[in-house]
Amino acid sequence: MAQEKVKQETLALNGDEAVALAAKQSDVDVVAAYPITPQTIIVEKFSEYVANGEVKTEFVCTESEHSAITASLAASVTGARAFTASASAGLALMHEILFVTSGSRAPVVMAVANRALSSPINIHGDHSDSMAERDSGWLHIYVENAQEVYDSIIQAFRIAEDPEVSLPIMVGLDGFTISHTLENVKVLSDETVKQFVGERILPRVITHEGKTVPFKLDPDNPMTMGPNVSPAFYFEFKRQQEEAMKKAINQIQKINIEYAALTGRSYGDGLIDTYQLTDAEIAVVVVGSTTGTLKVLVDELRNEGIKAGILRIRTFRPFPVEQLQNALKHLKAIAIMDKSMSFGGFGGPIFTEVRNALFDLKQRPIIINYIFGLGGRDSNPIGLRKVFEDLQQVTKTGQIDDTVQYLGLKA
Amino acid sequence: MATQEWKFTAKDIALKPELFFSGHRACAGCGPATVLRLVMKALRGPTIVTQATGCMEIVGSIYPYTSWGLPWLHTAFENVAANASGIEVALKALSKKGKIKQEHIDVIAIAGDGGTYDIGFQALSGAIERGHDFLFILYDNEGYMNTGIQRSGGTPTGASTTTTPAGKAIPGKLEKKKPITEIILAHEIEYVATATPYYWKDMISKVRRGLEVEGPAFLHVFAPCPRGWRTEPAKTMAYSKLSVETCIFPIWEAVNGKRVLSTPSKMYSLAPQKKRPVIDYLEGQGRFRHLFKIENKPVLDQIQQATDERWQKLLKQCETT
Repeated sequence: MAQEKVKQETLALNGDEAVALAAKQSDVDVVAAYPITPQTIIVEKFSEYVANGEVKTEFVCTESEHSAITASLAASVTGARAFTASASAGLALMHEILFVTSGSRAPVVMAVANRALSSPINIHGDHSDSMAERDSGWLHIYVENAQEVYDSIIQAFRIAEDPEVSLPIMVGLDGFTISHTLENVKVLSDETVKQFVGERILPRVITHEGKTVPFKLDPDNPMTMGPNVSPAFYFEFKRQQEEAMKKAINQIQKINIEYAALTGRSYGDGLIDTYQLTDAEIAVVVVGSTTGTLKVLVDELRNEGIKAGILRIRTFRPFPVEQLQNALKHLKAIAIMDKSMSFGGFGGPIFTEVRNALFDLKQRPIIINYIFGLGGRDSNPIGLRKVFEDLQQVTKTGQIDDTVQYLGLKA
Repeated sequence: MATQEWKFTAKDIALKPELFFSGHRACAGCGPATVLRLVMKALRGPTIVTQATGCMEIVGSIYPYTSWGLPWLHTAFENVAANASGIEVALKALSKKGKIKQEHIDVIAIAGDGGTYDIGFQALSGAIERGHDFLFILYDNEGYMNTGIQRSGGTPTGASTTTTPAGKAIPGKLEKKKPITEIILAHEIEYVATATPYYWKDMISKVRRGLEVEGPAFLHVFAPCPRGWRTEPAKTMAYSKLSVETCIFPIWEAVNGKRVLSTPSKMYSLAPQKKRPVIDYLEGQGRFRHLFKIENKPVLDQIQQATDERWQKLLKQCETT
């Protein structure tokens, strides 16, 4: 850990409270949200800030998530810094407008308290909700704990609002495991965060008259936003979004370094975070809070002389292909953990993507997929130990029984 | 905010800048296009317009062209009131921080009957309940004309649309037109009015009044659609006029719930004998052609009766509120 440059205070916060505090300190202009478990505390906490006059933010408690994301998008293109939060069914209701937000290049920041999707209804944590939105054109970051969600929300504004990026970002925190669990969180002063995040810098665009103007709804520089675009132009708009995604790769790494210099905290290179991976022979690739449990397990395995490691994907969009290739190429076998399903597909979404990324390696590890933890099913060290045992077995035999397996499923 | 003086004479309107330009792709005789052009003459200062998906959104924003001379936003079909909410709060927040130089910026949301009565209704009701300062303009052409003339909650009884076709068993739409203004009035907002472009001065004045209200205001504009109504493009304004003369679409305004008939409609309360029968309005419209078959006479009678009942109810509401 790098040395921290600024004074920090340790508070006992759950993940949702950490999100609300980070959004408040980032001096957001507009928060438009609709409550849903397990995101509710974020909305409640922010309402308290408003009620107590602690923020200048305009808080809109909309009548649905669809309107929450719409109002956030509209506020963003009016030039405001906008924040929202949701989960599960709420995120699914936003689906249509998620694409409109990214297509409008509106850098809205959203916290997603990851939760299972109905049916059957289940309020507990898994990644079905945000994984279903992986192609919505949003940047996706998944965090490991309450500290990281605090840090990541602050960073998210800098990443999304970078004029070269100008894309919306969702920060996923595991429902209940992170959202509702009290942890010690080191927090910065309001002033430090305000300085780090800075004022929103609007991208500049060139008008048909050749004037360079800020990209926003502005009576001085009238702009038609969200026009009707024919096949002659639509494709180019989409290609530009992909270019912006590529630029986000650098911006996420840059902000990770800048934030580390200030606070002493960094999360790998901002894209992937590793634990005991350099000399590992077998490893687990994972997203979110399960990483913490796995670290305990890896320590145990290391004591037993087993060369186990972890790779946590922090940034899922843009997908860090090169970083994954470099970090995983030396391994004998890896297990990819998916907390969501792609019904009828070949394995979960993380498996599909990681396996695809490793395909071009001359020598690649044996790859197994584990679907686990759906609907909040507990994933404890004893259960997860089986994954490493399987990996050890696979490295010996070179044989896999089933490429896609289900961990913790009742017989 | 301070409002500039305004007169709505033909000369004054002609001198005002066009903010919904020519060059848009609306059909010949399009009622809503005329409405938009005139509505923009009522502005009192810097304004942002947001539109729901629909004919008027499509025809004016065909990239890389635009018919809009002011900042304009479209995001989707069902959420224009949420767009307005977001824009309004953003302007408030940025003003507080001194990041907007204009003293005030008006926000107008525009939607057709689909984006108001049906798919956009939840967002509209929510935005009104939250009290955002914006004017919502409904241009009601009584159907989903953009997708090819399907029924909406605003389609009247008897009308043939592509989803309520007049067939051998069913004579067009069986259900009533949803009383949208009554529902909006029930939200107890400061300004609700109805208008139609034949009475252009009345309509423009109502837009201005709606803008002057601090908080949500709602204007229901009845706008004939030659394509969807199967009428002659040259007769758009004639049908606009007939809608008032037959009391199919009376025009009125309600300030703080107090409802007053506007002059063109008031005439028929003072001189009921001048009120024309609904068949004068219905005949000549292809969407009602089947109603003039002998077997559909009961439907025609039903439309006349329902129109009379609604008119009588309205007269009472104007007396009692």
